[in-house]
Amino acid sequence: MPLNKSIKKVLVIGSGPIVIGQAAEFDYSGTQACRAIEEEGIEVVLVNSNPATIMTDRDIASDTYIEPLTAEYIEKIIARERPDSCIAGMGGQTGLNLACELYDKGIFQKYGVNVIGTSIESIKEGEDRDSFKRLMERTNQPIAPSEIVTTMEDGRTFAEKIGYPVIVRPAYTLGGTGGGIAQTPEELETILAQGLHLSRVGQVLLEKSIAGWKEIEFEVMRDGAGNCITVCPMENIDPVGVHTGDSIVVAPTLTLADKEFQMLRKAAIDIINSIEIKGGCNVQFALNPNSFEYAVIEINPRVSRSSALASKATGYPIAKIAAKIALGYNLDEITNAVTGKTYACFEPTIDYVVTKIPKWPFDKFFGARRKLGTKMMATGEIMSIGNSFEASLLKGIRSLEIKQYTLERESSKKRSIKELRARVQVPDDERLFDLAELIRRRYNIEMIHELTGIDMFFLKHIQNIVEAEEALKHITINTIDADTMKHYKKMGFSDRGMSQLMGCHVDEVYAKRMSFDVKPVYKMVDTCAGEFEAVSPYYYSTYDEITESFPSDKKKVVVIGSGPIRIGQGIEFDYCSVHSVMALEKAGVETIIINNNPETVSTDFDTSDKLYFEPLTEEDVYNIICLEKPDGVILQFGGQTAIKLANFLAEMNVPVLGTQPKYIDEAEDREKFDDMLEKLNIKRPKGKAVWTVEEGVEVANELEYPLLVRPSYVLGGQGMEITRNEQSLIRYLEDAFKKDTKNPVLIDRYLGGREIEVDAICDGTDVLIPGVMEHLERAGIHSGDSVSIYPPQHIPDHIIKKIEDVTYRIALELKVIGMINIQFIEYRDELYIIEVNPRSSRTVPYITKVTSVPVIDIATRIMLGEKLKDMGYKTGIAPITNTVAVKVPIFSTEKLPQVEVTLGPEMRSTGEVLGVGYTFEEAMYKGFMAAKTSIPHKGSTILATIRDIDKEDFLPYARRCYEHGCKFIATSGTAKFLRDNGIACQLAKKIAEGVPNLLDLLRSGIVDMIIDIPSKTNDVNSDSFKIRRVAIESDISIMTSLDTFGALVDVMEHSFTTDKLNTISLNDIKPVEE
Amino acid sequence: MKGQLILENGQRFTGKMFGDVRNIVGEIVFTTNMTGYQETLTDPSYAGQIVTMTFPLIGNYGINLDDSEAKHTNLKGFVVREKCDYPSNFRNEMNLDDYLSEEGVVGIEGIDTRALTRIIRDYGCMKAVIMQGEPSDDEVQALMATLDNSRVILETTTDESYVINQGGQPRVAFIDMGAKDGILRDLKKRGCEITVFRADASPEAILEINPDMVFLSNGPGDPLDAPGTVDTVKALIGKLPICGICMGHQIIGLALGCKTAKLKFGHHGGNHPVKYAETGICYITSQNHNYILTDYPDDVEEWFTNVNDGTCEGIRHKTLPIASVQFHPEASPGPLDSGWLFDRFLKEVY
Repeated sequence: MPLNKSIKKVLVIGSGPIVIGQAAEFDYSGTQACRAIEEEGIEVVLVNSNPATIMTDRDIASDTYIEPLTAEYIEKIIARERPDSCIAGMGGQTGLNLACELYDKGIFQKYGVNVIGTSIESIKEGEDRDSFKRLMERTNQPIAPSEIVTTMEDGRTFAEKIGYPVIVRPAYTLGGTGGGIAQTPEELETILAQGLHLSRVGQVLLEKSIAGWKEIEFEVMRDGAGNCITVCPMENIDPVGVHTGDSIVVAPTLTLADKEFQMLRKAAIDIINSIEIKGGCNVQFALNPNSFEYAVIEINPRVSRSSALASKATGYPIAKIAAKIALGYNLDEITNAVTGKTYACFEPTIDYVVTKIPKWPFDKFFGARRKLGTKMMATGEIMSIGNSFEASLLKGIRSLEIKQYTLERESSKKRSIKELRARVQVPDDERLFDLAELIRRRYNIEMIHELTGIDMFFLKHIQNIVEAEEALKHITINTIDADTMKHYKKMGFSDRGMSQLMGCHVDEVYAKRMSFDVKPVYKMVDTCAGEFEAVSPYYYSTYDEITESFPSDKKKVVVIGSGPIRIGQGIEFDYCSVHSVMALEKAGVETIIINNNPETVSTDFDTSDKLYFEPLTEEDVYNIICLEKPDGVILQFGGQTAIKLANFLAEMNVPVLGTQPKYIDEAEDREKFDDMLEKLNIKRPKGKAVWTVEEGVEVANELEYPLLVRPSYVLGGQGMEITRNEQSLIRYLEDAFKKDTKNPVLIDRYLGGREIEVDAICDGTDVLIPGVMEHLERAGIHSGDSVSIYPPQHIPDHIIKKIEDVTYRIALELKVIGMINIQFIEYRDELYIIEVNPRSSRTVPYITKVTSVPVIDIATRIMLGEKLKDMGYKTGIAPITNTVAVKVPIFSTEKLPQVEVTLGPEMRSTGEVLGVGYTFEEAMYKGFMAAKTSIPHKGSTILATIRDIDKEDFLPYARRCYEHGCKFIATSGTAKFLRDNGIACQLAKKIAEGVPNLLDLLRSGIVDMIIDIPSKTNDVNSDSFKIRRVAIESDISIMTSLDTFGALVDVMEHSFTTDKLNTISLNDIKPVEE
Repeated sequence: MKGQLILENGQRFTGKMFGDVRNIVGEIVFTTNMTGYQETLTDPSYAGQIVTMTFPLIGNYGINLDDSEAKHTNLKGFVVREKCDYPSNFRNEMNLDDYLSEEGVVGIEGIDTRALTRIIRDYGCMKAVIMQGEPSDDEVQALMATLDNSRVILETTTDESYVINQGGQPRVAFIDMGAKDGILRDLKKRGCEITVFRADASPEAILEINPDMVFLSNGPGDPLDAPGTVDTVKALIGKLPICGICMGHQIIGLALGCKTAKLKFGHHGGNHPVKYAETGICYITSQNHNYILTDYPDDVEEWFTNVNDGTCEGIRHKTLPIASVQFHPEASPGPLDSGWLFDRFLKEVY
């Protein structure tokens, strides 16, 4: 059937903030879907609370609402926009759940909205655990023995019946939240309680463990006529037991014979035919490695992380095709955009090996329990393409940016063989390296197979790499010959990896390689293994003879992407990269992207003219530059990943567009940066590097407490602490010098003032500041974790003037061409600088959307040589808009056991939401609502535990809550303080004081909100740490900053309700003419 | 052992030979199946050909003797990027290298199979040799001149007629032109008694057993080289229901008055969409053919069409119980989506 002409306006619900389990893949699929709908001349109304995404751009949908994702709120938008249709499967689990809710509540019916694509009934059949089970029975598909339970008692009984270990899977949660494997009745007790709590419908599936079976996934497409195809079979290297999001995955399957493969493929098709999917669906299987026995694990009737991976692995745009199907098209009516000739009704075949490796946040969270299981913990992933498994894996490892270029890892080397044996049985982020180390020590690999369940095929290939590594240790840079060099390059080794193994400098390997003329060629990803000519392909490197990438003679620019999503470097940078490409395209420049993240829009095959799916190391990037000889390379938009290539590219005389590497270095290097500030007479908090405890105490007395202390060798706020007295300083220093004697500790004066941030664009002469952003929380909390407000609400004009002046001077001094990000502290009416980033920052997408200044577009044009004045932009601070916007950070701490929850100098958030209002309070209310923070109301119970120094500051807020009708429960100190000040309060027992204690109170569900300002953090044994973890795991809102709590109290007093709020689309945001 | 794969257009690829190392000549084709190398190796339709796998890792799950599509391999040479020497699968019985040695097939690995595929795509099917060392152009030419695939059907058909599943219903006269076991398996599974005839069987011999239908198998080479099979089918038209697969389909077409044409590089793989004229539904099919039917007479209609290039994938007689498909509903290797066609074929009997 061709296009359904009755569809005029489609509502698309996005997936909201980036959290673990729901990341950039939904920006990719959502953007693709919106574009696919708009190109048919159909309007799209988009709702997504995430401002960092490309899909929430003004030009993606006809009307974009960066508004809270709740059913009530979306109803308001439906009432205003009156869409005739809604497509449910594009916004991940969040979008799907909301669509179900809107349907169940009759809201779709009330406004005449049809669900297009896969129907809600079909979705429920796949999602609801009970109907899923019935579906499997109906289609004769085996599943592991399982039962839906809704009570603890039923759970215990069933577990006894099927025997342990038992897998716990809550219904309607994403990334396996609240699930786990229970080995014992005690473990079941904990996991099941949490699962029951977190499931939207209080349903949990208990299932017999089939851990150790092969985990195989299929992406299936089906249209309204019943045409069915599978896009890509994928095989998890880690057998069943590790969440697929935490597994290393290869595509296609590498260890299945055709009979097994076709059996599963047919099962997948039978299932989706049976529930009449109209769009895409993911089917996961467990396959017994010793027979044809299999079990269906689950199906996801929507686009997913796996569908994004399958799309990138094959070139088949699943989300786009799913959108077209929803509009009425059949698969054989949709052209394959990669070949331009064939149709979407075919199965991609690939002639290379794709490897996906998760990127875990454990480098940020030292304390986290790293054990991988059924709950996903990775924040992002990389994909690599090679024409052997070895090459694909080695490329993948160096794409992770974990300083690994071989399988030899220092931490694994230090472990005893017995430790290694123990470790490989408990999967964690280092297992691959531990495995390799065991093999290196000549441990029996059949036994490794027994212990881990990892297929011998993979172990043997890992052994190949290890043996090649060992062999290389006996070769030197002087003795290596051309054939050996070529052999290693073909196998996927990097120059750096080889230099480490041969014990020489990486430049020597490069020089030697050039002398042998060993260079990569580039092959295409074309969906068809070369059978048809491709028009819109992308490339990966191999060390073969024949290349398929031929540089044009047009003017061209390379944009370096930002690699995998991680805490501190998220989707914002993909937004920037994609926008830069769009601006370059408008300027008539050929665009080339290099990136390795399969979840993103930047790696979509039609985002740029050419895409190289490659690691972002110096070598891999330089190889492409040597081939393409671009007129320039843009680094400013790829976060630190791209910026750290600056010096190297300068050395290699590669033209870097925008701010020159020399000046980038000046901003990045602490000493040079201090010199510059001194020269410009700009203040920054005083500080000094100290080498001993004594020196530290002396410096501290000069600077005065409180102080910000941190080790000098780490970035991104790791290990940073605020110390308030000599005692805690000594403790910190002693600890720091015990861990590391070779590096100093940096001690800075801590200024507890207001943090302010600007992103600015400079053309070398003039500066444009799209907007000044004020942080809600005072300094000391990482800027990425602060609530950011635009336009500023509390900053006096003379400070704003000063910000403008300082920004001008720094930008001009650093000869910035393009973007710069500066962070300030306003303290006692003085302005201090705390950080300068000579690149695009996390806040750029947000500020672009709330100010309507096309920041990246302007910055890119400046890099191409244009001037602000010629483009018609005023300079200085752009006029403010008619709305207030607050960016609220979102955390995934509930997914990461044993991770500290309290806000601090280390960034912990994974994503953000936006609240837009006509007043600050309205914006803040929406921000809290979008962040799912519960707002206290009359009758709410607040648990308070406040450290001594903040008690006085807490009092006015407490009083206002009390007067508003809230009740308090508090720990002894806080309780006494509140009572002394006339606020009635229930006393809670500490954990050691018996039952019912604090934790029991939290678990009982009577507490609505916690305000916890701890004196000490990161101590897993302390009561306060446990309270915070239990709060997070029980889904109770927790505030750890008085400033955030203050804003919450303000909002509370306004008593907002959804019906009183304004719906504000991006088109409603306009500059205020002065 | 170093060796070369040399194409008719002069292009040389150097690799490492394995299996039964010797010099051979054949017609080179590529297949895009990612799995199923063993079925490919044993598919008699590849007789006389050198097959290159577009997927780079071959031999991963080893060889198990149960998945073979014929008693022996029939192709001449096998070209891979990387063969796996330590296969892993619960049914694995031997590795690829040893199996090719056993079966007398020449293998060559370390070839840039993607580059090779693109050459075949651009230049079309051509002759190729796999030779040891670095042969001279004269040696290559001499070997290429010896290629003659005109008798491949007779080389792959059964030596003697035989019966499978005696007493079954319906009774099928099966003309073996190099049949894949999968077709026989599918018919047997449906209870048929199958009498397998040689490709050069006479119509009288077939009529003599008084079958319920005639079924023509797949087979290698050019249908015009078939040894009298077209005439045999002509003689049976109107007397018996006739169905066929792949070359069988081409023979039926020729017997009905269609023509054949050779595709530039054929269809070889497991991802070809075909559209079923009766419902408009598309199926992903397994295909392995270089020739197609064209120019149907008025009483023949197109039954299936290739979605990619619009070529004929099946025909049906408008009035007589005659139907055939170009693709492989028996899969092996490839998708099982069109397996229902066997039931459909058997319906022609009733």
